[in-house]
Amino acid sequence: MPDPVPAIELRGISKAFGPVQANKDISLRVMPGTIHGIIGENGAGKSTLMSILYGFYRADRGEILINGRPTAIPDSQAAIRAGIGMVFQHFKLVENFTVLENVILGVEDGPLLRPSLAKARAELKALAEEYELEVDPDAIIEDIGVGLQQRVEILKALYRKADILILDEPTGVLTPAEADHLFRILRNLQAQGKTIILITHKLREIMEITDRVSVMRRGEMVAHFRTAETSPPELAEAMVGRKVLLEVDKTPARPGAPVLEVENLRVVDAKGVERLRGISFRLHAGEILGIAGVAGNGQSELLEVLGGTMKATGSVRLKGQALDISGNALGRARRDSGIAHVPEDRQTRGLILDFAAWENVALGYHHRPAYGSGTRLDLAAMQADARDKMQRFDVRPPDPFLAAKSFSGGNQQKIVVAREIESAPDLLLIGQPTRGVDIGAIEFIHKQIVSLRDRGCAILLVSVELDEILSLSDRIAVMFDGRIMGEREAARTDARELGLLMAGVADTAAGRAA
Amino acid sequence: MDRMPRWADLILVPLISILLAGLISGVVILAIGENPLRALGIMVSGAVGSTYAWGYTLYYATNFIFTGLAVAVAMHARLFNIGAEGQATWGGLGIALVALYLPWPHWTLAMLGSAVAAALFGAAWAAIPALLQARRGSHIVITTIMFNFIAAALLNWLLVGPLKPAGTMETATAPFPPATHIPSFRDMFSFGETILFRSTPANIAFFVAVAACVAVWWLIWRTRLGYEIRAFGHSEGAARYAGIDATRIIMVTMLISGGLAGLMAVNNTLGYSERLILNAVEGAGFIGIAVALMGRAHPFGVFLASILFGILYQGGGELQFALGIPREMILVIQALVILFTGALDNMVRMPVEMIFAERRRARAPIAAPGPARSSPGHMTPPSDPGKPAE
Repeated sequence: MPDPVPAIELRGISKAFGPVQANKDISLRVMPGTIHGIIGENGAGKSTLMSILYGFYRADRGEILINGRPTAIPDSQAAIRAGIGMVFQHFKLVENFTVLENVILGVEDGPLLRPSLAKARAELKALAEEYELEVDPDAIIEDIGVGLQQRVEILKALYRKADILILDEPTGVLTPAEADHLFRILRNLQAQGKTIILITHKLREIMEITDRVSVMRRGEMVAHFRTAETSPPELAEAMVGRKVLLEVDKTPARPGAPVLEVENLRVVDAKGVERLRGISFRLHAGEILGIAGVAGNGQSELLEVLGGTMKATGSVRLKGQALDISGNALGRARRDSGIAHVPEDRQTRGLILDFAAWENVALGYHHRPAYGSGTRLDLAAMQADARDKMQRFDVRPPDPFLAAKSFSGGNQQKIVVAREIESAPDLLLIGQPTRGVDIGAIEFIHKQIVSLRDRGCAILLVSVELDEILSLSDRIAVMFDGRIMGEREAARTDARELGLLMAGVADTAAGRAA
Repeated sequence: MDRMPRWADLILVPLISILLAGLISGVVILAIGENPLRALGIMVSGAVGSTYAWGYTLYYATNFIFTGLAVAVAMHARLFNIGAEGQATWGGLGIALVALYLPWPHWTLAMLGSAVAAALFGAAWAAIPALLQARRGSHIVITTIMFNFIAAALLNWLLVGPLKPAGTMETATAPFPPATHIPSFRDMFSFGETILFRSTPANIAFFVAVAACVAVWWLIWRTRLGYEIRAFGHSEGAARYAGIDATRIIMVTMLISGGLAGLMAVNNTLGYSERLILNAVEGAGFIGIAVALMGRAHPFGVFLASILFGILYQGGGELQFALGIPREMILVIQALVILFTGALDNMVRMPVEMIFAERRRARAPIAAPGPARSSPGHMTPPSDPGKPAE
């Protein structure tokens, strides 16, 4: 039986950015009515390929066929006309507009808004019912959660009559429950005959929802599979080009003396909302305490307070010494007292993207004698130090003169992790250590965290990836609405139990909710 | 991503911008019935054709170097100091006070003392907007520009009142005592019968300005403070994470910036007019903004841009003198240069970047994927819908 005509066919697509060959002779066939996964490490060229398909970049060579017809896509308007809709990793929404206003943005009929809004409202209602995509059309974007914002992006695409929907790392910002809901929506869309391309680096998602999967590595399309006929290890190997360890290899912890004692920590934000409502816990040397929870339940604030960039009340003791938590400019004092901090957002916090790698390797430690004497900075020493750390942490390329923004996400994170771990801290705060990081680098970063623990460092791990919390932590505390809902030994709990705590279901068993 | 070589970024792009500005200026001159080529000849010879011309060109350039550095230092902390005009006015006030009321035995000490006073006064005038920004979040663009008016009004009052010598009608202080007179270029570079730089205002302050360029370069790229200033300028979030105190950086940066602007008075007040006159700064504070933009906030770039604006200023003056082109027309030409080199920078930059990207692609058709070296003069990329690396 001959295959039906592919909804999208790419033939020999190549694209170079200067000396970087981002896409090399890519061919791909996506069948109509399927969910097609594209998987690959950061920098493998997935996003570039999709940007070509959506008309942001023009391919140097190759052609695009939509439903069997060669189609030129010089800009995103052409992509929309060809029936392609895109949901970006970073949403393109106007924060202070309503959902409805965002949906019609750019496709208003005529100069007057009222009729377009009315039409959109009706259509949105129909779409919402058809695909389980309920969103309040009058809500302001900045007031709704990321899960809902993503739905608005999907609605925008559908409102523009997209038949082919491309989602770029859609679950990066979602909770497990939101991700499940998204997958339900995608299945509904598929059932209605839409074609979906899902770009991700998460193997679990590929296995769960796709029909077929294509693997990219270093700008090339290296393998195509039917999802039912492949396995995560096989995909991981195709992505990385070598065998990868998917499980974290670690021995049981041998906790020592308490390093961090937190009592009744409270934070009130600028709007008067209480973000932390009495957090108390203890963390010992040689132990990893994982803080699980849906993003936005106070974990970020906890890291900020401990890292010295947010004011709080309550008491924090480090190795028995009380820490000053009354200010928000205490980063240097924290470092000098032995706390290292890998912040949740490496792009706006952990790194200065325009700075060279060697300047970033000193960030936060630039006042130390190792980097110069008196007011003077010793550039040669900084550069040598950066070269050394980048080599030992396998940062690729190990060139200290490259700007931080030129590294892939995984390598950026390795720079931050190298800097913080190499400060030989007593306590490491680490937020979302592997967000937007490719598999090869995840394995490496996890190993470094465990080995730091084995050297006696206390580690506070905050992550929204439940898998990561479960595989790395020795103990797990779950946060919900600014409180710790419960604590579990990592070996004696599972995703289901933690999921309940994350949803705010009270911890009756331990009764430890503060 | 590396878009073009550094020389293109720093030299070629500004050069093309200047040529474009020159071309349009030519059309303007043509439109008022003069010969553009002749005008150009007069401008060039009037600005660089003799030591007399250079004596003026370098005098103006010295003013612009100080104010340009002031704006550039603030720019590294992402602070837009529009108040160099007012800060330089205050610098002049500081000099007038120490030159008139302190006994100076020798010009070297007088220059040193005056420079300190000028820097302190300039810094003091920048301190208030800085504090308002750091503590209250009042936008520094607004406050510094308003402080220019306050400084001007204050000087006005002082020069018609307390500082005006009795019995004169002029709005100026008394002349500074001879011991405070610093060497002019004529004093420094004339040998025996050969008198160079005859009756020109250029003076030793030019070398102070050059030293200031070196000092600012050293501060920004070789010291911990410079590192913190740049870190704060690039990313407030990362700076705070790194334990860099925002209030301190805003204050210190603006004090340095104001101090540099104040130092301008060593050139125009101590070095040239030798008394404090009304409107001594003559808009140099605003030219400093254009100079800093054109010089990409780099001290060497500021130096080159200052020389260029010195040439424009002096050459423009000559043009007015020789052809009777109205003063306003000279301003139009200067404005065109500012427009093209500052505001319309990207108009030239982007096509040039494209040409270089094409050429590189032609040279190296397929290379191993890997991130490219970043250009030191970072520009924010125009918008990156699909970043290839993330």
